[in-house]
Amino acid sequence: MTLPVELRHDETFVLNLGPQHPATHGVLRVKLTMDGEYIVKAEPVLGYVHRMHEKLAEAGNFAQFMPNTARMDYLHALAFNQGYALVVEKAAGIEVPERAEYIRVITVELNRIASHLLWWAAFLLDLGGFTPLLYAFDDREQILDLLERITGSRLTYCYMRFGGVYNDIDDEFITGTRDFIKRLRSRMPSLYHDLVTHNIILIKRIKDIGFITAEQCRKYGATGPVARGSGIDYDVRKNEPFSIYPELDFDIPVYNECDSMARYMVRMDEIEQSLRIIEQALDKLPDGPVQAKVPKLLKPEEGYYYSAVETARGSLGHRLICDGGKTPYRLKLRSPTFSNLSLFGEVAEGMLLADALAFMGSLDLVIPEIDR
Amino acid sequence: MNRIEKTQVALAALFPEGENEPETVTPVEGDEAEEAVQTGQRQPGVQPTPYEKHGSHLDVLCENEQVVDIAGVLDKEGFFLETISGVDWLKQEQLEVVYDYTRYDHELCRVTVRTFISRTDPELPTISSVIPGANWHERETFDFYGVNFSGHPDLTRILLPEDADFHPLLKDYMP
Repeated sequence: MTLPVELRHDETFVLNLGPQHPATHGVLRVKLTMDGEYIVKAEPVLGYVHRMHEKLAEAGNFAQFMPNTARMDYLHALAFNQGYALVVEKAAGIEVPERAEYIRVITVELNRIASHLLWWAAFLLDLGGFTPLLYAFDDREQILDLLERITGSRLTYCYMRFGGVYNDIDDEFITGTRDFIKRLRSRMPSLYHDLVTHNIILIKRIKDIGFITAEQCRKYGATGPVARGSGIDYDVRKNEPFSIYPELDFDIPVYNECDSMARYMVRMDEIEQSLRIIEQALDKLPDGPVQAKVPKLLKPEEGYYYSAVETARGSLGHRLICDGGKTPYRLKLRSPTFSNLSLFGEVAEGMLLADALAFMGSLDLVIPEIDR
Repeated sequence: MNRIEKTQVALAALFPEGENEPETVTPVEGDEAEEAVQTGQRQPGVQPTPYEKHGSHLDVLCENEQVVDIAGVLDKEGFFLETISGVDWLKQEQLEVVYDYTRYDHELCRVTVRTFISRTDPELPTISSVIPGANWHERETFDFYGVNFSGHPDLTRILLPEDADFHPLLKDYMP
């Protein structure tokens, strides 16, 4: 029989969380120094799904990198499509037809809802609730079906092209999307809010837990729902308007509580705002081409270019440097969760292990996007 | 004075006149500014860039040691660090490090800070003492380009395996 290890009261031990742990959603490893149940030091270890997409970008022409963009954030892949298309269009001076811009926004927002639904399901699974997952996946499935008909894939989309999108949307998609808006709106209050948001078990687990100050957000460059849960009114769609977002009427939910509950509420409200955006875009959808005439092989002018979009997790930036050739000389991706996760160590200090896992879930991590 | 001009004045204070070109304070628009950005062969200083074309309002070319002071000024002005990107200019035998800053603000201002370092002995002071978020971005630049950020608290591999002995984003790297 082995005797239990006895720790001195001032002694700490190292706990290895991951890289194969269900709560880390993929392959993130966190080296925790523990004092009993309390975290003394938390050190995320990255790189388990690193694929060096930035080197791959330098190996082919501009169009050849488009499929790679969806392999980073596989939950909001269309925003990565859009971000890359925007920076190359900026560099090459390509105009996008209006109808294509509308279709981009409709599909990106649908994809954003799908991403938030999956986050919601997985987050509650982390906290021990299994049923919500079934509801969320039911709704998410409707979106994936709609997008599959138009884009040809369910997760790793390669739908955007420089100067447009590759496939026009049809009446079936439009009616399907309108039906989905109606369906989700009718399900949100009862299935999502009554069952979960107002649930005392959830509130006890995430309210006043995982406190991130606005100053911490700024020091670590946090964006997206993480920043908006800390009272920072920052959304690239409003602060640095791109595409047709300025023509649409929608709000940016901001909560001042700075805790995990605030981040939860930001995402739930964002689902409703995305529904509003889609509805308006469908109403205003103009006729016309969905693809501009663009040379097969692009050779943008030499120079430095930066462009940002808002993904479900925050500001995604592309830093593109061209040397006048047909391949990107340097393409750097500023992925939102890389910065968002970097504050984890500081915030998790002194937290209970179980709370830290709930806090980690509220950051909405997508590991392939961090590791690139 | 709008946000861009205010930032420009704050940053220009780090580049005393006389040594550098004096015209940086007046906004340069169009071809002249663009040409300067593209060639990268200009004197250190702050220069406005056409946002529509390049996605950045101010382009700051600086000496290596100045990155810390610039980070301090921008931090005081309420900026946050978006990212740090390395670039390998193999033909010029130089590495370039590009820092992107912006603010949580509806009055948009994006600042690009660039500095060139030697390719054989790439070394830069760390800005992580000013901006803790730079810690991981600097580790990544070290990982991919081998840039040695002096004073960094934990300059180790971040995305590549801990025992890797190569820097894959260098243009002459062969797997």
